[in-house]
Amino acid sequence: MSDLTTPQGNPDGHGSAPAKLGYSPVADIPHKPRATDTDPKAARRAERQVASMFLLSMLFVVLFVVAYVAIDKTSVVYIPVMGEVGASNVALGFTMGMAILLIGTAAIQWAKKLMPDVEVVQQRHDMVSPKRATLEAEANYERGKEESGFVRFRLIRRTLIGAMVLFPIPLVVMLRDLWTPTEYTEGKSPADLLSTTLWTGGMRIVADGTYQGEHSETDSGGEITGEPVSPDDSLAHRPIRPEDLPVGGLIAAIPLDLPEVEHAEGNLNARGKAAIILVRMEPDEIRSQQGTGWDVEGILAYSKICTHVGCPIALYEQRTHHLLCPCHQSTFDLADSGNVVFGPAARRMPQLPIGVDEEGYLVALSDFEEPVGPSFWERG
Amino acid sequence: MTTTSPVEKVGGATATYVDQRVGSNKFLSRNLGKVFPDHWSFMLGEIALYSFIVVLLTGVFLTLWFKPSMAEVVYDGSYVPLKGVLMSEAYDSALNISFDVRGGLLLRQMHHWSALIFIAAMAVHMFRVFFTGAFRKPREFNWLIGVGLTTFGLLAGFSGYSLPDDLLSGTGLQIARGIVQAVPVVGTWAAFLLFDGEFPGTEFISRLYGVHILLIPGLILALVTIHLMLVWTQKHTQFPGPGRTNDNVVGYPLLPVYMAKAGGFFFIVFGIIALVGGLVTVNPIWIFGPYMPDQVSAGSQPDWYIGFLDGALRTMPNWESVIPGVGWTISWNILIPALVIPGIIFTLLGLYPFIEAWVTGDKREHNLLDRPRNAPTRTALGMMAISFYVLLWVGGANDIIAVAFDLSINSIIWFLRITLIVVPPLVFVVTRRTCLGLQRRDREKLLHGYESGRILRLPHGEFIEVHQPLSEKDIAVITAKHDYAPLPAPDKADVDGVRNKRYRAQMLRHQLSEFFYGVNVPKPSAAEIEAGQHHAAHDAAIEAPLHEYEDADQIHTFHGGVLHHPGMAETNAEQLQQEQRS
Ligand code: HEM
Ligand code: FES
Repeated sequence: MSDLTTPQGNPDGHGSAPAKLGYSPVADIPHKPRATDTDPKAARRAERQVASMFLLSMLFVVLFVVAYVAIDKTSVVYIPVMGEVGASNVALGFTMGMAILLIGTAAIQWAKKLMPDVEVVQQRHDMVSPKRATLEAEANYERGKEESGFVRFRLIRRTLIGAMVLFPIPLVVMLRDLWTPTEYTEGKSPADLLSTTLWTGGMRIVADGTYQGEHSETDSGGEITGEPVSPDDSLAHRPIRPEDLPVGGLIAAIPLDLPEVEHAEGNLNARGKAAIILVRMEPDEIRSQQGTGWDVEGILAYSKICTHVGCPIALYEQRTHHLLCPCHQSTFDLADSGNVVFGPAARRMPQLPIGVDEEGYLVALSDFEEPVGPSFWERG
Repeated sequence: MTTTSPVEKVGGATATYVDQRVGSNKFLSRNLGKVFPDHWSFMLGEIALYSFIVVLLTGVFLTLWFKPSMAEVVYDGSYVPLKGVLMSEAYDSALNISFDVRGGLLLRQMHHWSALIFIAAMAVHMFRVFFTGAFRKPREFNWLIGVGLTTFGLLAGFSGYSLPDDLLSGTGLQIARGIVQAVPVVGTWAAFLLFDGEFPGTEFISRLYGVHILLIPGLILALVTIHLMLVWTQKHTQFPGPGRTNDNVVGYPLLPVYMAKAGGFFFIVFGIIALVGGLVTVNPIWIFGPYMPDQVSAGSQPDWYIGFLDGALRTMPNWESVIPGVGWTISWNILIPALVIPGIIFTLLGLYPFIEAWVTGDKREHNLLDRPRNAPTRTALGMMAISFYVLLWVGGANDIIAVAFDLSINSIIWFLRITLIVVPPLVFVVTRRTCLGLQRRDREKLLHGYESGRILRLPHGEFIEVHQPLSEKDIAVITAKHDYAPLPAPDKADVDGVRNKRYRAQMLRHQLSEFFYGVNVPKPSAAEIEAGQHHAAHDAAIEAPLHEYEDADQIHTFHGGVLHHPGMAETNAEQLQQEQRS
C-alpha cells in the first residue's frame, strides 16, 4: 500500500501510517521514490536550485529597473536573427520576462522535487440534490405561490407581465440618437447618403498624391504589383491633364473640393465614397464601358471602393486591365465596364463619366450613376 | 497548528477574524485538500486563464496612455518617418505608447500576444474537452460557457486590434461595416447607428473602446468565474488509470502540490508572454500608417482567429439577389460566409453535447474521460469540423500561398470551393477507420499482451514472438472503454396494436444511434482478458532466466478495481428501453 504521510521516511513508498486528513491514498499504485526522497543530499541540491531561481528572479528585477533608467528609448541595437530592434523594449521584456518566468520554474521545481508525488483519492458525489432538499424546495415554492396570490390575482399577474415587457423599451428607444445627423446629412436617409458622392458635373479631378504609373508594371512572372505607399510630389493635389497619364498608368484621384469638404465636415466620410482611380489604355483596348463616351482618350475613371465589402482597391495589372482587391481578391476588368471577372464581389465597379474642361483638365461629367461601395438592403 | 512563527500567528488571527464574519474556515476545511487530477492536456485551460489575466493586466496599463479618439492631430513624436503626418488621436497615442513611453511597446506587444495566446489556448482546450467527451453530463453548462467564451474572445480580439486606428485596423472595420450593411432589412440603419452615420465617421473608436475595455472583458470575466466555480464543484474529470473510477478523483491535493504547480505555471505563462512581448514584434502599427478610407496595404491579414471568416468571404461565390419591384438587395455572397456559416458553426458547437446525449440515450454522469479512439464517431465528427475550419483558414491566406507557391489565386479558390465540400467527409471516414484500427490493436493487446518484438526459438525449433503482459496502467486504461449498443429500433405499434405516436422521432434517433455506435470493436470479456494476459505472462516466462516470471496475480488485483465499474454495468440501451416502456 502506498502512503503519502511520510514519503521521505518511507523511501519504498510502503508503510502503514494513517492517511492524512481530507483524502486517502490510492490503493495499489506502486510508487517509485525519487532521489530527493531517499537522498538528503539530493534534497539539499534541489533546495538550492529552487532558491537560486528565486534569487535570480530578484536580480532580474534589479536589472529591469537599471534598463528602464539607463537605456534611451530611441536607441537601437542589432541582435542576430532579430535584426535592428529597440534596445529599451528588448531589455525590458527580457528582464521582466525572466524575473517572472524564474518564479514559475522555481515553484514547479519545488513541487516536483520536494513536495509529495504520491497521488491521492477523493470520492465524488453525484451532482443531483438529495430528495429531501428537492421536496423542501418544492414546498417552499408552493408556499410562495400561495402566499403571493400570483395565481389568484389575475389582474396583478397580467399587468406585471405587461410592465416587465415594456420597461426596457426606453433603453432601446434611446439608441436612436446613436446617429445624429449633421447639417450636411440632415433630412437624408442612409440610402440617400450611400447613393451619392461629392462628384458633380464639372468637378475637377485631382491626384491624391499617390502616383502609380510606373509601379503598376507587371513583373516577368505576370504577377501583380502593389500600389506604392510614398507619394510622388510632382502630381500631388494638382488637377490632371490627359497627358499626365501615360498609357498603362494609374492615378488615385479625388474631387477637387474634397479637402475643403473634409475640413468642414470634420470627418473622412466623403473620401470613403468619392475616391477613384484613373487608368489609361489604348482606346481600342476598351471593350465596353458603362456609358458611351465616358472615357477621355482611353482614360477611364472607376470608383476605388470595392463593391464587395468596401476595401479600397489598390492592385492593377496593366497587361490584362484587371483590378484586384487585396481583401478578398475580387477581380474587375476595367477594359470591360469594370465587370467582375472573379471573386466574391457581385457587382461591377461603378464608373465615373469624365470629360475635359475648357482649360484642358479632367473633370467629372456627373456623379456616379449607381451607389459605390458595399451593398446594402435598399440599394436595388 | 504545530509550528507558530510570528507570521503564522498573524495569519491565524486574521483567519479567525475573517471566519467569525464570513465563516470561511468551513470552506477552507473542505477545500484546502481538494484533489486535482494531473494530465498535460489539463494545462490548456490554465494557459487560457492565465493569458486572460495577463490581457487584463496589460490592458489596464494601456488605458493609462491610450486616447480613444478619432480627432485629427499632427504627429510629433519620436518616430521620425511619420513626423508631421495628420492622424487620429487614437493612432497618435498608440504610436506614443510604442515609442515614447518606456515599456509601452512591451505592454502593447504583451497585450497583443496574450490575446493571441488566450484565444488559441481556448480553442485547443475546447478540442481537448470535445475529443475526450468531457462535455458530457454533468458538464454541459460548462461547455456552453466555453462556447460563449470563445465567441467573446473573438470579439474582444477584433475590437482590440481595431482600436489603434492604423491602416490595417481601419480596413478591418470597413469590412465589418460592409458585413453589417449586408444584413437584410435593418443592416443599413444598424451600420449608420453604430458608426454615427457614414464610414468612418468620428465616433466609432470611442464607442468601440467601451465595448473593448469594459463590456466584453466584463462578460468574459463573469463567464470565466462561473466556469471555474463549476469546475470546482463538479470536480475535474480524469483519464482512466489504475485506481481511477467514475466515482473518485485521483491526483494531487490543492495544498501544496496543485497550488505550487498551478501557481508556478501562471508565472511561467506570464513570463513567457513578457519574453515574447519583448523579443517578437506583433502588429507594428507604425509600418501600416494612419487609417485613410481610400488606402489599403496590400496583403492585409487579420489576426489568426479571424482568418477563417476572411477565408469564408474569399471562397464564397458571388451570389446576390435583388427582389424585383421593390429593389431590395440580398447579398448572399456576404451573408452566407460572414453570418450564416459562423452562426451554424457556433450553434452546432453549442448544441453538440445535447445532440450526442439525445442520440445515444446516455444519461449517466461521466467523470472518466474517453480516449478519442473509443468514441470513433464523435472523434471523426470533430476532425471533420476541424478540417472544414482549417480549409477556411487556408482560404484566408490564399494570397500569401499564391505568392509563396507561385499559384494563381483563382485556382486556389476553386480548389478550396471543392475541397470544402469533399474533404470533411473524407476526413470523417479516415478518422473513424483509424479509431477502429486503434481499438482493434487495444483488443489484441488485452487478448495476447503486447508484442515485445523479441523472437524466441523454442527447444523444438519453433519460432515465437514473445508477448509481454500489459502493465497495470495499460490494462486499466484500455479496459475503461465502455461498449455502447445502438438504441433498438422502435415498434410501429405496441403489443395491443396501439400506434406509436413518436415512431418517427424514435426512428431518427435509432438511426443516428446506429450511425454513432454501429461501428465498434467490442472489448473482450474480463475472463478473456485474464486468460490472454496469463498467456502472455507465460510466454514471457519462457524467456527465463532473462525475465523473471511476472506476478500473474496482479491481474486479479485489478479485477475488482477497474475492469468492473458498478456504474457502468447497465447499458444505455437498457436505459432507453425502460424509458420507452414507461
Ligand atoms: C478580454 C480580452 C482582451 C483581448 C482579447 C484584447 C485584445 C486586444 C488587442 C489584440 C489589441 C490591439 C493591440 C495592438 O495595438 O496591437 C488591444 C488593444 C487595446 N486593449 Fe485590449 N484586449 C482585451 C482586454 C482588454 C482590457 C480588459 C483592457 C483595459 C481595461 C484593454 C485595453 C486595451 C487598449 C487601451 C488597447 C489600445 C492600445 C493600443 O492598441 O495600443 N483590453 N486589445
Ligand atoms: S472588399 Fe474587395 S473583395 Fe472583399
